[in-house]
Amino acid sequence: MIQKSGISVSRRIFILSMRILMWISVAMTCALVVFLIVYVFLKGIPNISWELLSTKPSYLSGRIGILPDILNTIYIVLAALLVVLPLGVGAAVYLTEYAGNKALVGVIEYAAETLSGIPSIIYGLVGMLFFCQFLNMKTSLMAGALTLAVMNLPTVMRTTQESLKTVPASYREGAFGLGAGKWRVIRTVVLPGCVDGVITGCILAVGRIVGESAALLFTAGFAHALNGVIEGLSSSGATLTVALYVYAKEQGEFGIAFAIAAILMILTLLINLSAVLVEHYFAKRRNR
Amino acid sequence: MSDIITVRDMCLWYGNHQALSNIHIQIPEKSITALIGPSGCGKSTFLKSLNRMNDLVPDVRITGDIRYKGIDILGASVDVNELRREIGMVFQKPNPFPMSIYDNVAYGPRTHGIRNRAKLDQIVEQSLRDAAIWDEVKDRLQKNALGLSGGQQQRLCIARALAVKPAVLLMDEPTSALDPIATSKIEDLCTQLKDTYTIVMVTHNMQQAVRISDWTAFFLLGELIECGDTETMFSTPKDQRTEDYITGRFG
Repeated sequence: MIQKSGISVSRRIFILSMRILMWISVAMTCALVVFLIVYVFLKGIPNISWELLSTKPSYLSGRIGILPDILNTIYIVLAALLVVLPLGVGAAVYLTEYAGNKALVGVIEYAAETLSGIPSIIYGLVGMLFFCQFLNMKTSLMAGALTLAVMNLPTVMRTTQESLKTVPASYREGAFGLGAGKWRVIRTVVLPGCVDGVITGCILAVGRIVGESAALLFTAGFAHALNGVIEGLSSSGATLTVALYVYAKEQGEFGIAFAIAAILMILTLLINLSAVLVEHYFAKRRNR
Repeated sequence: MSDIITVRDMCLWYGNHQALSNIHIQIPEKSITALIGPSGCGKSTFLKSLNRMNDLVPDVRITGDIRYKGIDILGASVDVNELRREIGMVFQKPNPFPMSIYDNVAYGPRTHGIRNRAKLDQIVEQSLRDAAIWDEVKDRLQKNALGLSGGQQQRLCIARALAVKPAVLLMDEPTSALDPIATSKIEDLCTQLKDTYTIVMVTHNMQQAVRISDWTAFFLLGELIECGDTETMFSTPKDQRTEDYITGRFG
């Protein structure tokens, strides 16, 4: 018989106090998250209006609109992904499937991991010097997008690589055994097996791009002009996160800043949700 | 009966470790040759050399002479992909691709440039029939192959190998991951296939070698100890080591 009375008093006090401590940390973590969300929504939602979402700011009428910032965010996400995806996936495929010098691959992987950890403002500084000045792109969304592409390259590359490594060797053997060449094996068996990894990397990258401000302050600028894609990418423009900073810090418009914060939070939620859905979709397709 | 593969003086090294030494063997056409021997004796390594699957292992070095239909397959001018089309392979663990049954079988023909839908349909059906699995899967060709049982997956893998119309099938312990019923289905299939194909099979199962093979080769510590007619070898082995192994004294 296992009886509770068999446990000594001091042991029971220890177990109880540990349990209480555990509950306190759980409660604090939850409270913090809930407080943050509720606070931002309470202060932000009342300031969201159709006018805010659908117009550009006008100094003449004193109107504030964030449509240009929303569009800029979309442009920069698309442009950065367009650059980082082929580069990141290509590099990952080369490093895991082709590269012969494993020691060198190790060094590159280590460098990539280090790169993904350094503060984003450093990317901003380098981006400004290289893209804006050296390549003469001026302060523009394109310079910002390229900077963010460089910043996210290690992440996309590493997640793709990890995912490539999970494709079973037996698939490759099977395909080689049928007389398939290396590229065909990669294209038809290896890459389809790691699509979910690539997508996870992509979504992480989108999250970082949407949330990035420091690197963009240097490179993409602060303008709120309403532009099409081509025009927008070649001229200065603020994304939502940068606009939040500008409205809060320089214009004292905290209501607007909180409205943007609420929108960003909803956006993040949607991105994470889509990540879950995409993973479900691929998991289901695999097991069909 | 002529020999489709002849191996002379073949040695193989993994880095500095010599895994095979001085192998001499002929594989007769349209028959089943069983490769037996204890684990680590080099029989799988030997099997994989015949269609150069060992190329995928880093630091492999092969010397000697392996001829398939008279052509030296170790030569630089050999198209490895074409060689593997002629000499197909079935692996120890069933390894269908994570795609539909149809796409699995059509993978090989598509790889070698067949795009015509009607032609593919015909190849897929014929291959599945030849692998004795058509009746079980004909109503669910578009379903994922991973939903099949282990034995069905292995027969699908055989169908997939047959779809590129090889002359030789290399089988690396094709039944070791399967239950007895699935195993006997694969064995029946092999005895049917040998009318058309040459089969070289690695097996750990002595009874299996006796049941289905025409020729047997016994490997030990990287050397080919004895090879010949299965019946003779199992009844009157020439070498003491062969006798010790097949009577279960070691291994």
